[in-house]
Amino acid sequence: MTTTVARPGRRAQAPVRPPKGGAKDRWVRRAPLLPALIFAIVITQVPFLYTIYLSTLSWNALRPGDKPFVGFDNYVTVLTDSRLRSALVNTVVLTAGAVIFSLVLGLVFALLLDRKFFGRGIVRTLLITPFLVMPIAAALLWKHALFNPTYGLINGIFGGSTDWVSSYPKAAVITTLVWQWTPFMMLILLAGLQSQSHEVLEAARVDGANAWQIFRRMTLPHLRQYLELGALLGSIYLVNTFDAIFSITQGGPGTATTNLPYEIYLTMFRKFEYGEASAAGVIVVILTIIVATFALRVISSLFKMEENR
Amino acid sequence: MRALSTPAAENRSKKRGFQNSLWGVAAWIAGIVFVFPVIWMVLTSFKQENAAATNPPSWFFAPTLAQYGQVFDRNITPFLLNSLMASVFSTLLVVLLATPAAYALSLRPVAKWSDSLFFFISTKMMPVVAAFLPVYLLVKHLGMLDNIWTMVILYTSMNLPLAVWMMRSFLLEVPREVLEAGEVDGAGLLTSIRKIILPIVSPGLAATALICFIFAWNEFFLAVNLTATNSGTSPIFLVGFISSEGAFLARLCAAATIVSLPVLIAGWVAQNKLVRGLSMGAVK
Repeated sequence: MTTTVARPGRRAQAPVRPPKGGAKDRWVRRAPLLPALIFAIVITQVPFLYTIYLSTLSWNALRPGDKPFVGFDNYVTVLTDSRLRSALVNTVVLTAGAVIFSLVLGLVFALLLDRKFFGRGIVRTLLITPFLVMPIAAALLWKHALFNPTYGLINGIFGGSTDWVSSYPKAAVITTLVWQWTPFMMLILLAGLQSQSHEVLEAARVDGANAWQIFRRMTLPHLRQYLELGALLGSIYLVNTFDAIFSITQGGPGTATTNLPYEIYLTMFRKFEYGEASAAGVIVVILTIIVATFALRVISSLFKMEENR
Repeated sequence: MRALSTPAAENRSKKRGFQNSLWGVAAWIAGIVFVFPVIWMVLTSFKQENAAATNPPSWFFAPTLAQYGQVFDRNITPFLLNSLMASVFSTLLVVLLATPAAYALSLRPVAKWSDSLFFFISTKMMPVVAAFLPVYLLVKHLGMLDNIWTMVILYTSMNLPLAVWMMRSFLLEVPREVLEAGEVDGAGLLTSIRKIILPIVSPGLAATALICFIFAWNEFFLAVNLTATNSGTSPIFLVGFISSEGAFLARLCAAATIVSLPVLIAGWVAQNKLVRGLSMGAVK
């Protein structure tokens, strides 16, 4: 696993010869891109435009008859509904909790794996394994085999009869997510650690810096962009968390673990309020665009940073 | 100077050797504790139900394949085959679409290649639920609910951005000089693809395919909402265990082990390329 942050670079690698020449040459260059581009637009963008249209209709699938145009009514309903606000808060808490804890634990594991020791390859394989377990299988495993109050492994080993899922629903979901996503963070951070210059570290050691000083002053700043990348990609994946909530808590108790994807799912397939679900979907996309604009800036600056090195 | 520093250095290296073995022990413990739920899952899958749900946990037991038999009796096979079909065909389609696109964004770039690249990643950022209703309505309208080809198409669009970014990062490793030398020697596009590009990127192509396979195999949200009895994929087989009554833990563990096995194998095989794929080519 050799390591550097890749450069989709303007420097040596990418477009050496900027497209020139006539319309024909431009189309020849474009042709291989078009199938994928059209496919992505048709499958992801067109449905979204249709979602915007649906969000202006008063449409409950259980209610026969017409679907009158109601303008922004659905948005008003959704935005004034306390359920959506609590789903938003839950999404932030669950995503942030899972990302932060998996980053910290991933950093610990990456530091452990950054030294040579007997069986390092095997330990790395062990540590990535949770990431490869099917998410819903992992969720059910934690729910039934570990968290269960009577025969769960946690109470079985440590005693007590805590019902982990009902007493600490958010923590239970976050634990499961952290267990699955720590390997992902570990791999990214390990790549970062291994891209450090060994000479510089050795020089610092010879100059009498202790391990903590080296970690604090050299390793951590070097890792910063890898931490950012891990946090960013982790958030992109984890904000969509559905499996774990669907299977561990069903959003409960009450709405304690209902996040946005699960709330929209309920509006769509339990209440059949298609108009409201669409409005909520549009709001989520607007929020995502805000976060993503910021995120893309981070990605671009990561790439630039690497290019200028 | 050298004579003076030698004993100190020796001392230091001895100390570091000891530290390293201590470090190794710590890493091994961390690894085993962290992976223990998986070990427990596999152990439990070989128990009888009455030995599975005990407190304190039973560590020694006579292993049995009864639960695996049960799971196959309850017809897990069609679910596995559906997953296999959806994952394999969508992966093929993704590779066919993404590789030329990645080529047009790297080796022979179009004018606004970075805009297209960021368009692809932005589709990945959009939560699936946000645009799901129209997809659902259209699929229903076309009578394609509970149809495995629907899943193939949707998984293709789900994995496309990842594959484009990943393939692009592999294509950028093709040395430009070699390509240009080939062109000077009169090699056509097909020849240079076959003789120069493919040999260099084929490990990357395999890694991309494996990662797309993993994500398609594990996908749950689309599967639970769009499939039912005919085209249910492996995750759907597990839905029945969400609120099971009675003794089912060992059977759940057997089913979970079976459905996770293909991805475990794919992931272990691809582990050196895993980080690059998951970071969309950003980290090598």
